[in-house]
Amino acid sequence: MRDEHPAARALAGRHRLRPWEPIPWVLALAWYVVFPKHLGFGTEVLVTILFAVSLDLALGYAGVVTLGHAAFFGAGAYTVGMLAKHGVWNEPITSLLLAGLVAAAVGLGSGLVLLRTRGLTLLMLTLCTMALLEETANLGHAYTGGFDGLDSLPIAPLLGVFEFNPLYPRTQYLYVLTVLFLCFVFVRTLVHSPFGQSLTGIRENTLRMHAVGAPVRARLVVCYTLSAAVAGIAGGIWAQANAYVNLGTLGLDRAATVLIILALGGHGRLYGAFIGAAAYMMLSHFLSKIYPTAWQLGLGLLLVVIALFARNGILGIGAALWRRARLPRATS
Amino acid sequence: MSVPLLETRALCRTFGAIAAARDIDFRLEAGARHALIGPNGAGKTTFVNLLAGAIAASSGAVLLKGRDVTRVAQAERVKLGLSRTFQINRLFRGLSVLENVYIPVAERVGAAPSMFRPAGRRRDVVDEAMQLLRTLRLADDAPRRVAELPYGRQRLVELAIALGRKPEVLLLDEPAAGVPSAESHIILDAIGDLPPHIAVLIIDHDMDLVFRFADRITVLVGGAVFATGSPREIGSNPDVRAVYLGQAAHG
Repeated sequence: MRDEHPAARALAGRHRLRPWEPIPWVLALAWYVVFPKHLGFGTEVLVTILFAVSLDLALGYAGVVTLGHAAFFGAGAYTVGMLAKHGVWNEPITSLLLAGLVAAAVGLGSGLVLLRTRGLTLLMLTLCTMALLEETANLGHAYTGGFDGLDSLPIAPLLGVFEFNPLYPRTQYLYVLTVLFLCFVFVRTLVHSPFGQSLTGIRENTLRMHAVGAPVRARLVVCYTLSAAVAGIAGGIWAQANAYVNLGTLGLDRAATVLIILALGGHGRLYGAFIGAAAYMMLSHFLSKIYPTAWQLGLGLLLVVIALFARNGILGIGAALWRRARLPRATS
Repeated sequence: MSVPLLETRALCRTFGAIAAARDIDFRLEAGARHALIGPNGAGKTTFVNLLAGAIAASSGAVLLKGRDVTRVAQAERVKLGLSRTFQINRLFRGLSVLENVYIPVAERVGAAPSMFRPAGRRRDVVDEAMQLLRTLRLADDAPRRVAELPYGRQRLVELAIALGRKPEVLLLDEPAAGVPSAESHIILDAIGDLPPHIAVLIIDHDMDLVFRFADRITVLVGGAVFATGSPREIGSNPDVRAVYLGQAAHG
């Protein structure tokens, strides 16, 4: 017998598509039509969204505090880059899957060790893992190109037909959008599943999860590995779209930026990654045009305001306003 | 004599030079309403943590349903039917009341590892969680975030999470702690309505609560069992009165 209490019905239908959920995808397709000259920028935004979605899974849902998520982005990017540059493999889709697998392996290996710790220790260890990988890439000059990275990657045409043209990145844009969509559907399914619910339980109260008999560490390792895989796909597709890999894919700068983006958009909400990446990159794009010397100041001020007054980011503000708008109607 | 559901034999735990639990022999029978009382610092919470497996024993043994679980991890003891609540709420504060109960139920029925099915499609889990909330008269609060509830109702959610595991043994660490007296009846009613077959161990200072529910009382002093008996025996034991009840009366 089904329980028809409104709360039970709401939980039972929590995973259903909301009416506004197609909006970002419609906007992304509209961008393709309306701004054909800005598809390079658009591709960069889409890759960043994908990377931020992967971080949201680990940080926003499972509460794994990490400052080293670029380790997986870089692992994916270098997988694609090295395979293509050394003439081993350059078919885009399979390379991308390999990028995901390699990043997942790095995530699994480091996660098994790191996820025994929590809080500040965990934060420092994720940072150290990333620094180790970055230094390895720097030293392995013969394979990774060292400080210069690997450029002019010979990526094969997509499906054997569509060329990746760096000057007119139409193929890249649609390709990245498709991959983003598939990965997003995967992450969305995951966070709405009972597994995803148990991740939020770990985030909200790890000790209580132990006390209800959940295998906390195993769940975290699985989540971290999957998150790493998605981040690796983001890195791999970035390398394909730019035909280029460098140490920056493994750097603290990238890891910190994606963290800021998630904080800006709102973590643990899936779409925070979209809002955050779009807002951050548009702002930095236009601010740097208006004030080439001091644009980061404006961005910094915005972040201070968000951190002080809107802990849940832009989406948090939106949700609060929405609740406030609905409340009077509900009570009257 | 039957095998008790939960038993300890010469259980000890030391923290450096301090013996927080000393040679505790304890039995909890099926369907029991057993109270553990003692002055502050008597080692009550240490004893609960030893039973639950949150801390390891220095020596001695813990037996659950006749099985030695002294070296068994907390999560495994939970699977064997031992649930507990905490003296200070440990809730999933950002989640709704219903989700708070969904989590333990999903763990118990084995739904929690499932990744590619929406949580709501496990209507068995949703319905059982909702049914549990109805039993505890929490149904109206089901959609609310647990952090928004008054403290007494949060205490009830604390109990609901433990009951979501359908335990055979339930350890309640000061279930009414911090609840304003105007709300404490909802906790007392909930404890009174617990299924009779569950063995319950209540740790509390509140003598009203203890003498209302307990059919057996153990007094812990300085980490060791000072006395065990029926409420009547404990109430009339002059040593207990001197050590504990007298203090409480004066305090």
